Amino acid sequence: MKPHSRLHIPQPPSRPGQPPDFSYLELSAAGGVPRPDVNARVRDLDFLASGLVRVLDEQHQAVGPWHPHLEPAELQVGLRHMLLTRIYDERMQRTQRQGRISFYMRSLGEEAVSVAQAMALRPGDMLFPSYRQQGLYMVRGRPLVDLMCQLLSNTRDMCRGRQLPVMYHWASGRIFSISGNLATQFPQAVGWAMAAALKGEDDIAATWIGEGASAEADFHHGMVFAAVYRAPVILNVVNNQWAISMFQGFAGGENRSFAARGLGYGVAGLRVDGNDFLAVYGATRWAAERARTGAGPTLVELVTYRGAAHSTSDDPARYRPRDDYERWPLGDPVERLKKHLIALGEWSEERHAALVSELGQLVTTSWKTAVGFGTLTDGPHLDPDLMFEDVFEEMPAHLERQRAELAAERRAGVAAGNT
Amino acid sequence: MNMIQALNSALDLMLERDSAVVVMGEDVGYYGGVFRVTDGLQRKYGEHRVLDTPIAEGGIVATAIGMAVNGLKPVAEVQFADYIYPAYDQIVSELARLRYRSAGEFTAPVTIRTPCGGGIRGGQTHSQSPEAIFAHVSGLKVVMPSNPCDAKGLLIAAIEAPDPVIFFEPKRLYNGPFDGDPDKPAVPWSTHPKGEVPDAYYRVPLGKAEVVRQGEQITLVTYGTMVHVCEAAARRLGLDAEIIDVRSMVPLDIETIAASVQRTGRCVVAHEATRFAGFGAELSASIQEHCFWSLEAPIQRVAGWDTPYPHAFEWEYFPGQVRVMRALEAAMEAQ
Ligand SMILES: Cc1ncc(C[n+]2csc(CCOP(=O)(O)OP(=O)(O)O)c2C)c(N)n1
Repeated sequence: MKPHSRLHIPQPPSRPGQPPDFSYLELSAAGGVPRPDVNARVRDLDFLASGLVRVLDEQHQAVGPWHPHLEPAELQVGLRHMLLTRIYDERMQRTQRQGRISFYMRSLGEEAVSVAQAMALRPGDMLFPSYRQQGLYMVRGRPLVDLMCQLLSNTRDMCRGRQLPVMYHWASGRIFSISGNLATQFPQAVGWAMAAALKGEDDIAATWIGEGASAEADFHHGMVFAAVYRAPVILNVVNNQWAISMFQGFAGGENRSFAARGLGYGVAGLRVDGNDFLAVYGATRWAAERARTGAGPTLVELVTYRGAAHSTSDDPARYRPRDDYERWPLGDPVERLKKHLIALGEWSEERHAALVSELGQLVTTSWKTAVGFGTLTDGPHLDPDLMFEDVFEEMPAHLERQRAELAAERRAGVAAGNT
Repeated sequence: MNMIQALNSALDLMLERDSAVVVMGEDVGYYGGVFRVTDGLQRKYGEHRVLDTPIAEGGIVATAIGMAVNGLKPVAEVQFADYIYPAYDQIVSELARLRYRSAGEFTAPVTIRTPCGGGIRGGQTHSQSPEAIFAHVSGLKVVMPSNPCDAKGLLIAAIEAPDPVIFFEPKRLYNGPFDGDPDKPAVPWSTHPKGEVPDAYYRVPLGKAEVVRQGEQITLVTYGTMVHVCEAAARRLGLDAEIIDVRSMVPLDIETIAASVQRTGRCVVAHEATRFAGFGAELSASIQEHCFWSLEAPIQRVAGWDTPYPHAFEWEYFPGQVRVMRALEAAMEAQ
């Protein structure tokens, strides 16, 4: 038979009802990937895009050149932030189920990405996250009450009622406003970094994009500008294997790693075990040093798994095996760091249980405070007039008129018997 | 049928009747779409007819154009109208003008389906109604049904059309008619005559408005979710209003609209999208051109405010019954 062209349709390794299969995942042993000098030439770094930087081994020991040698106290802080992120996520998911907030997105299984990366960066570095890096806020210390008030769109909402839950921002904490439109932040972070370099400052930018969203043209824009100007930026692709119902093969991950995309642009690409707190920390430090010393951008692929549903709007049992996450070969980032600390003699199950309950308490008391500032259904409510503010710095006449019209409409509504 | 089932039925029939039809988009294949409009289609027609695509709206539309040029009839889904902008260049500069610039040698009969509108607590990035920015572009047909029966017939007509069609689906209407009152219990389409949808193939022609209620006192010109809001508002005021569902923004059935306004002498135009340079501006200008000498009062416009769609103030933003009633009263009062 004559060979003919064929349309290839990517197939996830397993669908509901089938046993999970992660044989497609290429792993390296902990400590197995060399750590090049930060000023090495990009063309000498190709091997980093196919290996997998790992530090924690099967015996919970930290090994190899990427080991960041953190003090136990710092590791405990990291564990705390990851746990807080997870407990916060669980509780907020529950409040959504109870109808207290309209929507939520968890980062279950991916906590090491945002926590270790934020810890490895400096407070002055500017972060451009997607919607699944709430750990950044934990590390930078935004009070939970503030985050909850955003979820509630209440009178203390930082977004003044305008954004969907989880679309936080924090200018003074140097975390950019989250967009509902995928991938837009990726090239924006590059621009921020270009400006930092133009101004001669040594703050760098870091940005996060899902592997699914890396299919958007904005990914290309970010890569090409970062490459051309050698912008001081860390470009993170969070490969959590799934983009709603579509596995990473639909973003082009079947034959080459996402890190390998850097090579074609002349950008260093680094593939990292995203569930290994120490590896993520070590890799981020390396990328940050490259950025801060003029060596340019790094594309970091964080290999992880989206443990929960995409959001409160979908049911993953419809598109992947129920026990997929349990079989994920890179384990759970919280458990792995915890076991490492225990192996070091710096942690125990008792201390862990105590921390879990302490953080649970913190979430509970924060929530009580937050709902005191109102919920979507119970007062106090934000003043609807706020809707017309911040469209422009100065309100133009047509918006002034519309604001007055809304006030008249609300009076008429009351008169007409509307609730 | 509800609107989701009606759209699904249209796609099903077209996939069956015409082997050139392919359905494509984010999560539309195995999962059946985030709103389930393509549910079951991949199982029935296979992965080569119903394709999951990379998350890249520009890529989806661009490849749909290429496929269409090569003889297919792609029906591309953009998951939310709010996410259509990465495809804007491909739609405006390419899809809309291919026939024109190649003097008809190349054409791209692509249908782009996309859920629009608010009322689902989607905040500013899951609530937009961007029909005007497509209606403004020469070469695109622009459609928005207000009920399951029209949705099916219009989608079939759109897929069969030789020109590109942007097909907006008001997502608040997917599961039932919605009259603008969020506190009322939701009602299913089975309670509404337009929820009666034939299983068989049929078309609702593009470019034809429908008089959904006949009346003598005033004409309400509207489309999408606002058809139901306008009906409720007119009823509340006890007005004998004629209500016209535009259905197709491009081409616009100005004859039906003008005939009504010439008779009633009064007119309110209503849509959910922002007001400034919204499609209501085109409606009101066209009506004025056709009906100036019959008008007894200035044409009133009802719309969303000229702000992004805010999450917390969804119902203050949404042009609900009271906003329509105030416009109706203004149009009735003026001499
Ligand atoms: C431009 C755009 N297109 C589509 C969507 C709808 N959408 C929201 S999240 C998502 C999947 C993203 O997956 P990925 O980038 O892998 O990130 P993850 O959710 O897995 O963290 C999609 C398709 C969107 N928000 N913006």
